[in-house]
Amino acid sequence: MNPALQGLITIVVGVGGCVAYYYFSNQLLDKVLFPARGPEAGRNINRANMIRPWLFLFPALFALGLYLAYPVFETLRLSLTQRLPGGGSEWVGLQNYRNMLGEPKFWEALRNNMLWLIVVPAASTAFGLLAAQLTDRIRWGNIAKSLIFMPMAISFVGASVIFKLIYDTRAADQPQIGVLNALWLQFEGGFWSLVFLKIVPALILLAFAAIVAWVAWIFVRPMFKTGEPTGFWTVPLRLFVAGAAIYLIFLSLRSIVNIFGAELPYGQPQTWLTIPFWNNFFLMVVLIWIQTGFAMVILSAALRGVPEDTVEAAIVDGANPFQIFFRIKVPQIMPTIVVVWTTITIVVLKVFDIVFAMTNGQWETQVLANYMYDKLFRANDWGIGSAAAMVIMLLVTPILVWNVWNARRELR
Amino acid sequence: MATVQIRGVTKRYGGVQVMHGVDVDIEDGEFVVLVGPSGYGKSTLLRMIAGLEEVSGGTISIGGRVVNDMLPKERDIAMVFQSYALYPHKTVAQNMGFPLLMQKRPKAEIEEKVRKAAEILDLTKYLDRYPRQLSGGQRQRVAMGRAIVRDPQVFLFDEPLSNLDAKLRVSMRVEIKELHQRLRTTTVYVTHDQIEAMTMAHKIVVMRDGRVEQIGRPLDLYDRPANLFVAGFIGSPAMNFLEGRLATRDGRRVVETADGTALPLEGAAAEDGRRVTYGIRPEHISVGEGGIPVKVSVFEPTGSETLIFGRLGGQLIDALVRDRIEGEPGQTLPFRIDPRRAHLFDTATGVRL
Repeated sequence: MNPALQGLITIVVGVGGCVAYYYFSNQLLDKVLFPARGPEAGRNINRANMIRPWLFLFPALFALGLYLAYPVFETLRLSLTQRLPGGGSEWVGLQNYRNMLGEPKFWEALRNNMLWLIVVPAASTAFGLLAAQLTDRIRWGNIAKSLIFMPMAISFVGASVIFKLIYDTRAADQPQIGVLNALWLQFEGGFWSLVFLKIVPALILLAFAAIVAWVAWIFVRPMFKTGEPTGFWTVPLRLFVAGAAIYLIFLSLRSIVNIFGAELPYGQPQTWLTIPFWNNFFLMVVLIWIQTGFAMVILSAALRGVPEDTVEAAIVDGANPFQIFFRIKVPQIMPTIVVVWTTITIVVLKVFDIVFAMTNGQWETQVLANYMYDKLFRANDWGIGSAAAMVIMLLVTPILVWNVWNARRELR
Repeated sequence: MATVQIRGVTKRYGGVQVMHGVDVDIEDGEFVVLVGPSGYGKSTLLRMIAGLEEVSGGTISIGGRVVNDMLPKERDIAMVFQSYALYPHKTVAQNMGFPLLMQKRPKAEIEEKVRKAAEILDLTKYLDRYPRQLSGGQRQRVAMGRAIVRDPQVFLFDEPLSNLDAKLRVSMRVEIKELHQRLRTTTVYVTHDQIEAMTMAHKIVVMRDGRVEQIGRPLDLYDRPANLFVAGFIGSPAMNFLEGRLATRDGRRVVETADGTALPLEGAAAEDGRRVTYGIRPEHISVGEGGIPVKVSVFEPTGSETLIFGRLGGQLIDALVRDRIEGEPGQTLPFRIDPRRAHLFDTATGVRL
């Protein structure tokens, strides 16, 4: 049979089946189970109305249960068992988890995931907000927006291929086809190299450290102020944020020192994806490139929703454009920013394709999802693979709950 | 506090000219109301004074300084918006303190000024609330508080009461008037509601189609409207207009309508035979002996007064009388017109004669 015809039949049968289910189940309920006739017609109508929502929800609930809920519990079970040679499995308790925690590759994946978690949502949201604000009032803003949004249409793997070309390396005497190496070879250690490769990165790191310090201060400040209501239970959270901030500030300050100390290999083409630690950032750029469009579209709509009156009132009140943006516009779209941020965070926690396609976790770029795939499908170790999946789920769940809560609050 | 001078101000959007040379002088401490139907340039003029719209031609000066090219914040003005434009993420105190915060005033001074403004506006209890937790009238007061903490040279109000219900509007009207009597700050107030204009203003500027139709004290506008538009716009219920020709009957000047009714006049300067519009306010018509017979179509009793709608030879005429008159629709009542309160306009140009 012609495949097109086959497809058509499938569609007809599928859609027809759905319609038939709703129609006939409704008929069954109204005509056979609880007919609106006889001495108990009123009671029957009420009962039918109580059952109807469940009847209509059943297909969706069943599909979700089969393909989402059941696999969660099955994965949990598998993570506590071990495959036996020759078939079958045995119960091993938490042994899989213990083995996993003993592997340096797992800790590397966890550390990289944390790095992704900090950098990608922050950068995507910040760039998205910037793009949304800058394109808001200009005539060709919509064209710019379409261009920025376009990467959203590219699959992660496709984007990875594009960026592999950007990071590509040829021998020093050949023309470089990778944009990054072509740029890199322009630097030869002179004045501009100092500016672009030492001073600018150092300033960026300094700015990052300052922002981290500021955020941490916002969290910690209420503990020193008397009279402001702070829940006692928030103290550990505040201390944790403070600790993480101090670590991040230490890292960035140390990096600044390193930048100025480092001898840069001018004139030599670099294999960017094999430089440990920094190659993580080269991978993150791919996801930032894609997610900025998403953040921009949502935040642009939110910015449009800020009442023009409040902006004009702020102008009359004497606010400058920066104050209007940060004190009037951003606070009003804060709920949307949080939703965008958490949505990207969830995407980041599940990131797999980019790492798989570009480095496959080599050169210290492993992430949890790729680690899981490695164990499950390459090492054929379903125990540790499932254990890694459970870890990812544990990390995603709280953010997901928060995201849904925020999104629902915003709808209200 | 300051004077405001508007000299030959025009406004163009692209090729479309929406304001055609507006001149208004506002004295120090004056309460001036810009009034006119919606969409006729009052708000545009106000926004040009505020600096939210550019001036296409002419000059606007505040306190003697030409402000055409000044930023809004350099003009020392405060504005209250129709939608209040409160910052939803700030508390009442933060909303009111925001202009001072932008001026980098010390914290203690901001707190002190906000507290004082809150006392004046009876908002002390609500300082820690957010705008969404307030009623319409309270939001309105917060918006005014944000304006008064700055102690500006000029207050600008852009239809501040139109989002309130009728009852609240009356009480806020009184509050704004009291506030002005207390602060004596020059105020420009835009409204489409002629009652607001009449009750609040020292001086009313009636605008239509980007032009000033008349400027004057409220009662002057009521007593001597300069043209048909002002005559019809000021006063409620609106003035009756009856078309006819000037004539002399039995040695007295009258206006003769198409069906031959003679409407009484007192001293008219124009020649006989001219086409004129005769204006008389409903409240200047009484029912009594010797009046012009009018066929009544509807009685509207409101308790304190009765509004009678009728027809005089095909033209609508209504009367507002204090007596309780009861009657049947279709009956004929004698309408007595006070000739001293009659207004005469040239039908072709609309100008008062």
